Amino acid sequence: MKKTDALIIGAGPTGLFTAHQLKLIGLDCEIVDNLDKIGGQCIELYPDKPIYDIPAVPECTGEELTNNLLNQLKPFDIKFHLSERVEEVKKEDNKWLVKTSGGNSFLTPNVIIAGGVGSFEPRKFPPKECEKFENKSLFYSVKDKNIFKGKTISIFGGGDSALDWAIELSKESHINLIHRRDEFRGAQATVDKMKALVKDGKINLFTKYQIANVHGKQTLESIDIKHDNDEIKNLKTEYVLGFFGLIMQLGPIANWGLNLNKKTIEVDTEKFETNQKGIYAVGDICNYPGKLKLILSGFHEGALAARACFKLARPDEKYRFEFTTTSTNLLKRLGKKE
Amino acid sequence: MAKITYITSDNQTHTVEVQNGLTVMEGAVQNDIPGIDADCGGGMACATCHVYVKDDWFNKIPKKEDGEDDMLDMAFEPKTNSRLSCQIIVSDELDGLEVNIPSKQA
Repeated sequence: MKKTDALIIGAGPTGLFTAHQLKLIGLDCEIVDNLDKIGGQCIELYPDKPIYDIPAVPECTGEELTNNLLNQLKPFDIKFHLSERVEEVKKEDNKWLVKTSGGNSFLTPNVIIAGGVGSFEPRKFPPKECEKFENKSLFYSVKDKNIFKGKTISIFGGGDSALDWAIELSKESHINLIHRRDEFRGAQATVDKMKALVKDGKINLFTKYQIANVHGKQTLESIDIKHDNDEIKNLKTEYVLGFFGLIMQLGPIANWGLNLNKKTIEVDTEKFETNQKGIYAVGDICNYPGKLKLILSGFHEGALAARACFKLARPDEKYRFEFTTTSTNLLKRLGKKE
Repeated sequence: MAKITYITSDNQTHTVEVQNGLTVMEGAVQNDIPGIDADCGGGMACATCHVYVKDDWFNKIPKKEDGEDDMLDMAFEPKTNSRLSCQIIVSDELDGLEVNIPSKQA
């Protein structure tokens, strides 16, 4: 079990700056995120889209903002636990015991939820019957491509993931590529490559079709796909892959006994504490009168929550407010002074 | 100002007045109409404000801009009359618009 002064859930811009504030005032922290990379919505939803309302940064993309925040964290040693979802938060004596899907557990007086709109999960196929085959013959990501050798695979989607896998797997498998329209949003070079493979008969392309049903008792045998004009085709297939991007789900947070309002968590505006002592919520996921879902609000909320953490992490010390321009303590922590 | 009718998947009809300049998504969220999540807050980045626009209206409202169809690829059960409601801006011309909300956003 790991002990830390504060555990941050979510490695988006708010989580990152909250970590900065914690380290600056001399507290330890670790960060858990369900995504496989740092940056949250900035990196998953709009890495290339310019943002124009970060104070003192006239223009930057989601990716640039993330990189700048990481640069700002350079003086500090912060442990990230990526591709792990926090499953459980439980009271243990005066602390919180936090368990993740990756088997990590943390004991901490402070848990800061900087979870955006929840954790990113793959978007799934609409038909309910698909669940039966999930992770057996129906997948939303590829972990081991060797299982597909010599098999028939039906791949759904029109973005780079669907196209890249269709191209890669067509070397040693039979591929059906199915997409809801004629246009593909993947990179042009990838689309051209796919179309060449369609011409050579290496990929069977079905456009304006979507999944309608899946058939099979124990193992998947075939799928029905439906055209925009309602015509249904049955395709024999051993595997199905769906690439529809990610969606945010509140997930286990709903079970931690917090006051929820729709998909947000109610907090006070002094400490950004929830109804549970030592659990804070900052950034898009928190709610209070006047809440603005802006990145700049997340920075402010994180700074205040970090100060509140000090009290529970160092009950015998008194927190002193200091400026980075003048404080020897802070400059030492920033590595600017010996 | 336009009267907009939102029809949920269980056939509940909600008709509300929405101010010009707001989006059809905001009209739903501000009036607590269920079924529109709008996770990204109107940034055309999440496809959780997906609606079906009645056929006679689909061709009347301003067309999709670049990127909207890309996001609709990820929506739950998209159809040929699918739109992201955050991209439909309300004006007097939209008075009487009817949209159907899908059974799920994801």
